Amino acid sequence: MATENTRGLARLMLAPSVGLLLVWMIVPLAMTLWFSFQNYNLLNPANVSWAGLFNYQYFYTDPAFFQSIWNTLLIVGGVLLITVVGGIAIALLLDQPMWGQGIVRIMIISPFFVMPPVAALVWKNMIMHPGYGVLADINRALGLQPVDWFAQYPLFSIIIIVAWQWLPFATLILLTALQSLDGEQKEAAEMDGAGFVSRFVYLTLPHLARSITVVILIQTIFLLGVYAEILVTTNGGPGYASTNLPFLIYRTALLGYDVGGASAGGIIAVILANIVAFFLMRAVGKNLDK
Amino acid sequence: MARAVSTRRTVVFTIAAWIIALILFFPILYTIITSFKSETEAIQGFGIVPSGTVESYAAVQAQSNYFKFFLNSVIISVGSTLLALLVAVPAAWSMAFSPTRRTKDILMWMLSTKMMPAVAVLVPIYLIFRDTGLLDSRVGLTVMLTLINLPIVIWMLYTYFREIPGEILEAARMDGASLWGEIVYVLTPMAVPGIASTMLLNIILAWNEAFWTIRLTTTNAAPLTAFIASFSSPQGLFWAKLSAASTLAIAPILIMGWFSQKQLVRGLTFGAVK
Repeated sequence: MATENTRGLARLMLAPSVGLLLVWMIVPLAMTLWFSFQNYNLLNPANVSWAGLFNYQYFYTDPAFFQSIWNTLLIVGGVLLITVVGGIAIALLLDQPMWGQGIVRIMIISPFFVMPPVAALVWKNMIMHPGYGVLADINRALGLQPVDWFAQYPLFSIIIIVAWQWLPFATLILLTALQSLDGEQKEAAEMDGAGFVSRFVYLTLPHLARSITVVILIQTIFLLGVYAEILVTTNGGPGYASTNLPFLIYRTALLGYDVGGASAGGIIAVILANIVAFFLMRAVGKNLDK
Repeated sequence: MARAVSTRRTVVFTIAAWIIALILFFPILYTIITSFKSETEAIQGFGIVPSGTVESYAAVQAQSNYFKFFLNSVIISVGSTLLALLVAVPAAWSMAFSPTRRTKDILMWMLSTKMMPAVAVLVPIYLIFRDTGLLDSRVGLTVMLTLINLPIVIWMLYTYFREIPGEILEAARMDGASLWGEIVYVLTPMAVPGIASTMLLNIILAWNEAFWTIRLTTTNAAPLTAFIASFSSPQGLFWAKLSAASTLAIAPILIMGWFSQKQLVRGLTFGAVK
């Protein structure tokens, strides 16, 4: 019944979205690529010249570059470790019978809805502040020296804050997956005398595998771009101790006015993201076939 | 006997879950508590019973014209959501009901635009905005957030629309309904819940977006994300005022979030986990 008419209409309905996203994807990216081969400083915009691979070389030889790549990977890896392990544990707990489950659930997912600057400031000032933070209060009550978190463990502190924001996401998705586990299978396993550990390893974990993959991939996309949390807490310091790739690019572009250098960094970020995207698309695409 | 054991188990699980929940919720709870303290009270060490003063709320509004930022957040997040829906509903509709051989490729390509790191296009976007006068304008930021969230909106709508059974359409056609009648009387009522939850999730995402909103605004169009981030360079002690500003910034979205837990899973996993 799909006439020529409806098919034309369908194409017309799709056109604006495709057009917008096409422009959105191609124009800025092409500009970044072009700038990355130029000597272009915003302080001296009249003097733009071809730089060849100089910007890449400059970025590559900057000691901050490798540190920022390493920091980026540490943030992604650290947060993933905390949120996936913690998320599985909390999801398993929430799947059990208890009183006030609705309220518990609401409390646990809440951090996800807190905007990044608020999350960072609250942790910085109210929780981790060496003078007035709650952790300092606890340390003093125990007779210990308060810790200056952002000076002594800047990257670790940022990982904690970001993990706090993403733990609810992992928990919620894993819990959703857990609740779709066939109850009969669980009962059968229990009847056969399978203990908690073997039920977890042979039944629950394989069932969760796909959701865990999805959690890891989606979080990685967002975690590669952590920005506001760093801006608000350590501003990338001390030195470059908590500077990740996005923050280094921001520093180069808007604080150093170096358009060429920042663009080269941007292209490197694209390559990094593409490696992740490749795997995510495969996982999501598989689901589409079902 | 079995009954007693299961009750004891429930007690153990309940206590464990409440402890974890309270720890995770504590930073938010403590922010809300501190917002009802006076500044001197706020720095006097740990205390969970505030004096209940609302002076911090009044001070935030008086000092910073807080509601201007709040209004910007509302305009930008709601505006970009409506704009995205306007473009995405027809697209998702056509892909769900008139799929072609290329539909899957188009969907995957749309998703791939979401993978582009924002920071990679910071320089060109900043320059384009500067040269067109869009820096620090609500229009510019609204368009920006529309583009960023468009793939998620299309995907989410697509997964909802696809669940509307095709047989209903055929039945309507058999009864002689026109294409227009089909859309208005048959499909729209079934699509409304999906559109509503897509809208809710997108408002949350746009409200909390904290890269472009901070970098592309200064004062006029600055939403709450930029306003709160400006607190990072402190001038004196401001714990209670910071808490009041933070509480106001997260409260509406927290409440919306509680209502949209289920949709959240679906939207953020592009339909991969339901």
